[in-house]
Amino acid sequence: MSLALVFAVAGLVSVGTFLVTSRSLSRIVLGFSMLGHAAVLALLASGGPAGDPPLADQSDLETIANPLPQALSLTAIVISFGLTLFLLALARRQHLLTGGDLVEDDLEDRRIAYEADDNDEIGSAA
Amino acid sequence: MTTIVALVVVGPLVAAAAGLMWQDRSVVRDVITLGGLGATTAAAAWLLVAVERNGTVVIRVGGWDPDLGIVLVADLFAALILVVAVATILVVEIFAIGQRRTAWGADARLAGPLLLVLTSGVALAIVTGDLFTLFVAFELILISSYVLLTHQGRRGQIRSGMTYVTMNLFASTLFLLGVAFVYSATGTVNFAQLAIRIPELSSELRWGIGLWFLVVFGTKAAIFPLFSWLPDSYPTAPTTITAVFAGLLTKIGVYALIRFHTMMSMEDLGPVILIVAGVTMLVGVAGALAQDDMKRILSFHIVSQIGYMLMGLGLFSVAGVAGAVLFLIHQIPIKTVLFLVGGLVEESEGTSTLDRVGGLAARKPVIALLFALPALSLAGLPPFSGFVAKLALIDAGIADVSVPIVAVALVGSLLTLLSMAKIWLGVFWGGQPNSPAPVPVDSGSVRSHRLMVTATSFAVAATLGIALAAGPLWELSERAAIDLIDPSDYVELVLQ
Repeated sequence: MSLALVFAVAGLVSVGTFLVTSRSLSRIVLGFSMLGHAAVLALLASGGPAGDPPLADQSDLETIANPLPQALSLTAIVISFGLTLFLLALARRQHLLTGGDLVEDDLEDRRIAYEADDNDEIGSAA
Repeated sequence: MTTIVALVVVGPLVAAAAGLMWQDRSVVRDVITLGGLGATTAAAAWLLVAVERNGTVVIRVGGWDPDLGIVLVADLFAALILVVAVATILVVEIFAIGQRRTAWGADARLAGPLLLVLTSGVALAIVTGDLFTLFVAFELILISSYVLLTHQGRRGQIRSGMTYVTMNLFASTLFLLGVAFVYSATGTVNFAQLAIRIPELSSELRWGIGLWFLVVFGTKAAIFPLFSWLPDSYPTAPTTITAVFAGLLTKIGVYALIRFHTMMSMEDLGPVILIVAGVTMLVGVAGALAQDDMKRILSFHIVSQIGYMLMGLGLFSVAGVAGAVLFLIHQIPIKTVLFLVGGLVEESEGTSTLDRVGGLAARKPVIALLFALPALSLAGLPPFSGFVAKLALIDAGIADVSVPIVAVALVGSLLTLLSMAKIWLGVFWGGQPNSPAPVPVDSGSVRSHRLMVTATSFAVAATLGIALAAGPLWELSERAAIDLIDPSDYVELVLQ
């Protein structure tokens, strides 16, 4: 397995994870396309060394690349393409509703945070 | 016989396409949706009978060898869960047809066809014989669930939908990376071949693969500490959608976890899984106690109950896994029913927040009864199905001398009872609150209300049936568990 592929996967996963954890929806979408690429590269690398194109009846079985991970990768690419579009549609809807690009706060979380603050104040006053 | 295995996957997809074609003609669409779900349920029941009598059914899609192509395998475990899952979706669809005239219904033009896509994904996830097709099945389930959750485009739905999609998409990416790792390590993604090759790997690699997939399936199943997305996103969807999600989505994660970890002999991970199980039980139920909305309480209970199934898996004994299988069979309809009752309360009172409703037991005794039976079952009181399932698990835990997990499981049950009592006090007893809830904008007609109550009663009766049939079901679960722990028959049938 090529070391370059391993580094590429590692780099894409780190950048992708960093982007997914941000608050901006467009960054999350970009992060997921990075992560998708990383997964596809990892699948490709799992097939072993590169070789000739695996064409039916035309290639030497000894020298061809493993076609199975390529088939898996194709499926994965199609799925991640569709999901990227869905995420973009969600981001657009969010933009229409709130006029912003940021993930909204969970109201429940915020309420609990306020109550915790109140409790602290009561505690320090007493 | 073998074609039925493929039919339960392909049939709902075809029906979904037909339903979308006629989505503006409600009668045709409903006939297609109900017909598709009904036929799938019948096929699944037939499959269960056939598998029980003649053993595991294997189909090689396209006639390819198992190491190149897709195999679908219906063993006893798969057939059992398939029947319960598909029948549950059918009941929910009947409820949804009743509910759509009220303000809380899902968009009927989309919900029916999407439920069919979800059914297809669930069936594929259950009968698949390889890891990559399991990934595709999860995607099929998730894509339809994303749309079901957000299709009305309300602000709360978009906000929580974003969390839900992000969490699940991240888990899917990890799944895909895991497939790549497994393929590098073993050169196959077929379960039967993996069951031979994974136990031969070095202990470090096995731990790596086992923990990796514990995280992947655990995120779908909402185990501690990967559950935070669930109580936030589920309550925002229409009741019928939440009911299907609550009953099925997390359970399919548990199903995958049980199938993968038992067949790949991940016994080493037992203690880790047991610790996660115990914490999941307690954190889930503690979260439920802190909530003041019926749907949110029930959402936290989903998390808590996942812990019990994990406990059975973590014991890695026949009795433990059989207990987990039985718990899965009991839990799918129970959770769905409780959310359906939540929908009935919402329809009748305009909200499901505890301090804004009250005294429903006097005004709507039928709803109170429909809540009380599954709630007691959830808490594990005799003679309900929850008692049988929990008894099996506790028994397995005692046989394994795992005292801490048994103690945690019992405490968890007690707290479950406490939070069910909280719903009962808040919603069904007491007087009507001083500040009455706003009257529903578009209250459903009598007929649709009757349909909803009928569907829910039918489901409650089915859960009571599970308790009555506990003996035969336990025997089936035990046989399924034996096949899972020692998959040599499965392997032989697939690879021959």
